[in-house]
Amino acid sequence: MSLELKGITKSFGALVANDGIDLSVNRGEIHAILGENGAGKSTLMNIVYGLLQPDSGEIRVDGKVVTIHEPSDALAVGIGMVHQHFMLIPVFTVLENIVLGHESTSKIGKLKLSEAREKLLALAADFGFEIDPDAYIENLPVGVQQRVEILKALIYDAKVLILDEPTAVLTPQETDELIEVMKRLRSQGTSIIFISHKLREVKAVSDRITVIRRGKVVASADPSSSQEELASLMVGRPVNLMPDKKRPNPGAPILEVKDLVVLDPSGRPLVSDVSFTVHAGEVLAIAGVQGNGQSELAEAVVNLQAHIRGSIELGGVQLIGKSVHDSLHEGIAYVPESRELDGLIGSFSIAENLILDTHREAPYAKGITLSPKAVATRAEVQVKEFDIRAQSIQDPVTSLSGGNKQKVVLARELSRPVKLLVASQPTRGLDVGSIEFVHERILAERDAGRAVLLFSTELDEVTALADRIAVMYAGKILAIVDATVSREELGLLMAGVKK
Amino acid sequence: MVFSNAQKRQLRLLAVVFVLALGALYQFGFSSQSSNKTTFGFQLGKEWVIIHQWVIQSTTGSRIFAGLAIVATILGIFLVRANKSPVVGTGFAAFALVMSFLCWAANGKFIPMTGLLQGSLMLAVPLIFGSMSGLLCERSGVINIAIEGQLLAGAFASGVVASLTHKTTFGLIVAPLAGATISLLLATFAIKFSVDQVILGFVLNVLVIGLTDFLYKKLLIPYQQTWNTGPSFSRIEIPFIGKLPIIGPIFFNQTIIVYLMYLIVGIIVFALFKTKWGLRTRAIGEHPTAADSVGIDVNKLRFRNVLIAGLVSGLGGAYFTVGSVGSFGKEMTAGAGFIALAALIFGKWSPMGAVTAALLFGFADNLSGTLTIIGVSIPSEFMLMVPYIATIIAVSGLVGRVRAPAADGVPYSRGSH
Repeated sequence: MSLELKGITKSFGALVANDGIDLSVNRGEIHAILGENGAGKSTLMNIVYGLLQPDSGEIRVDGKVVTIHEPSDALAVGIGMVHQHFMLIPVFTVLENIVLGHESTSKIGKLKLSEAREKLLALAADFGFEIDPDAYIENLPVGVQQRVEILKALIYDAKVLILDEPTAVLTPQETDELIEVMKRLRSQGTSIIFISHKLREVKAVSDRITVIRRGKVVASADPSSSQEELASLMVGRPVNLMPDKKRPNPGAPILEVKDLVVLDPSGRPLVSDVSFTVHAGEVLAIAGVQGNGQSELAEAVVNLQAHIRGSIELGGVQLIGKSVHDSLHEGIAYVPESRELDGLIGSFSIAENLILDTHREAPYAKGITLSPKAVATRAEVQVKEFDIRAQSIQDPVTSLSGGNKQKVVLARELSRPVKLLVASQPTRGLDVGSIEFVHERILAERDAGRAVLLFSTELDEVTALADRIAVMYAGKILAIVDATVSREELGLLMAGVKK
Repeated sequence: MVFSNAQKRQLRLLAVVFVLALGALYQFGFSSQSSNKTTFGFQLGKEWVIIHQWVIQSTTGSRIFAGLAIVATILGIFLVRANKSPVVGTGFAAFALVMSFLCWAANGKFIPMTGLLQGSLMLAVPLIFGSMSGLLCERSGVINIAIEGQLLAGAFASGVVASLTHKTTFGLIVAPLAGATISLLLATFAIKFSVDQVILGFVLNVLVIGLTDFLYKKLLIPYQQTWNTGPSFSRIEIPFIGKLPIIGPIFFNQTIIVYLMYLIVGIIVFALFKTKWGLRTRAIGEHPTAADSVGIDVNKLRFRNVLIAGLVSGLGGAYFTVGSVGSFGKEMTAGAGFIALAALIFGKWSPMGAVTAALLFGFADNLSGTLTIIGVSIPSEFMLMVPYIATIIAVSGLVGRVRAPAADGVPYSRGSH
């Protein structure tokens, strides 16, 4: 089956998310759509899958124009989609998730699952997947859940499969397995639309690459193009993928964590017996697949977790038992994982967000009142220094792009006297330009003699910035290795395999 | 021996019951000596009889039953160790504790057991209707705090219509419609306009209470003869099984509304877990985006389920008027809707769990009444606290993980996830 998009246009208010996009996918082809966050990839795929309606343009399947108003219409013409956030119900079994929306029933309305079970087992056997139809989704590893998603599409005869950022939640090994599955699907005649911003994977698996920038198709590229060429097409200017890194010059230990345990409210360990040291002038990256205790570890360092045991010393001062305010003022800059939820107050202005930490200190506070003048003066300085692109410092911070929001967080956190920078997923969801800025800034802090504790799930980021890498798996640090370690070894560690 | 979290919880519960049983043994069996004989009556009407009544010396009875409770908890602990469900042990221990308490509390008086249990069921009926209504809403992802209002609306409408037409049947027909009207408001504002569902439900309750109070004062009191002297259903004894000892008079000598309740509970249990509708309903309550992505119209199904829920609780409202006394009284539901909500949570959002919880609450309620009548000096207010204390214990996780449907109370619109 072939799929053709002609002149797809979709705007949300003044924002044109898709601007006359043409795209064609042939039978048995893996077609990658490459673009930055916000380039319009997801909008386009939601249109193809019937979750959004285009303002104009048409979709053709095997040359015939089709109208897709609902996901069910898309399924009917053979278009299936594996969403970035899985569309699986955690408390249902695999089989229940498979039949949902396609139930067959007996005369009195009782569900019939036996046919679907046989079909599922046969299909899984075809691919060599081991799937227990009666396992509950919430008990399955992410990689297996993704296979259930793929089977869910295939079992209803999807001939075109849309994979939306499928590797975001996978370990490197699971990613390799997924690539094998994609190749097998291709050989059986299934067409795949592969949406990603990860250049390495796109190069590894696609037959053709279409690059989208600001809602427009800007180029068709060949998989043999270099990563730099693809990145430049994506961003629209030359990009330096590997930040220039000076030789490390580590000094005295700044942060010493010993036997740290973090428990959830019901007493289960999220982080168990973690010990490590970060020195001045050094970046220690904590790598690992999302959900292995990194978020909790990051929060524990600034005392944002309630149930912690062990020892966290910053420059010889014990932090455990201190308030968050006191921990930060001992000399920690903290960039939280979610800038929207934890880093900023959306409805507050940029200037107000910049003094969230210091609002009670002079010159911003005068007795019990704030001094708007001092606040504004400081904001103007920082907006310049950190290149925050905003109309006015009085605009609410929600009006900024992701990259500029992150710059506000960095500007605030780095303007205190700081010994340690804790950055949790600092470039998640940012465009390439902002990623460059954040990376340079992190290395600048390191070169200025500060200790940096970086949490990242992106291998490329970890290897580009880190001097040493600690890999977390199931709440434990499996190993601390030198940054020169091979990707394969890192991948194995992230999957919990220790040599 | 390593225990899973669920097993640890079961053991913790057994430990609590064990301590309670020891306390009972001391308090009921040894701290107060009495040579009075307590009589348990097992005959109510004309059913077949195996035992007519059972007489036991009060202190001895307390000791025996407290002892049995201790044995049952130990049995429960062994069941957990053998990787089996300890529910037989905990269940029997709870029963024995109640019996131990009764022997002590009655202290020489007569306790009509069959009557006590029959009364418990009757008090549980509106709770069961209410909790089924809550279940239908919350399993589809809409919080229903307005159960109280739906019950009251059903009671008012059926009372007035039955009174005007002199026909109980018309009262029975109009009650579900009154409940569904409240549901229509709930569904429209909660689903179409994404209003906060807790506030909305609360406001609907206040609306119904205010409206029925007003009409009661201006219409039902001055014109009582035409507006508020409705007939009520009489009991129907089911042939044969209605004659069975003990369970016959409790379950099978009831009004049509109670039989309808059995039917509704049965249908819900089957439909929720065995049909296409049930699978989809549970799906939209857990992960509406996923349901939408496979072509299920989330908000349409939610709307429909909330309306059905209104029909169910409206019918439950009829039980207050045409189902028992016939006439309507001011705020006569007296918080039953809120206890129904508690039963739903205590029953972990499962139909049989909610029914069990409603029966327990009905029993606690009726026990306090019975004890007051036979002249036991335990404040009845204390017994009335039992449902709420039980709910707090349930929510605190002692009886197992209580987890609401994941999307309960979260309005769904495409692209806002």
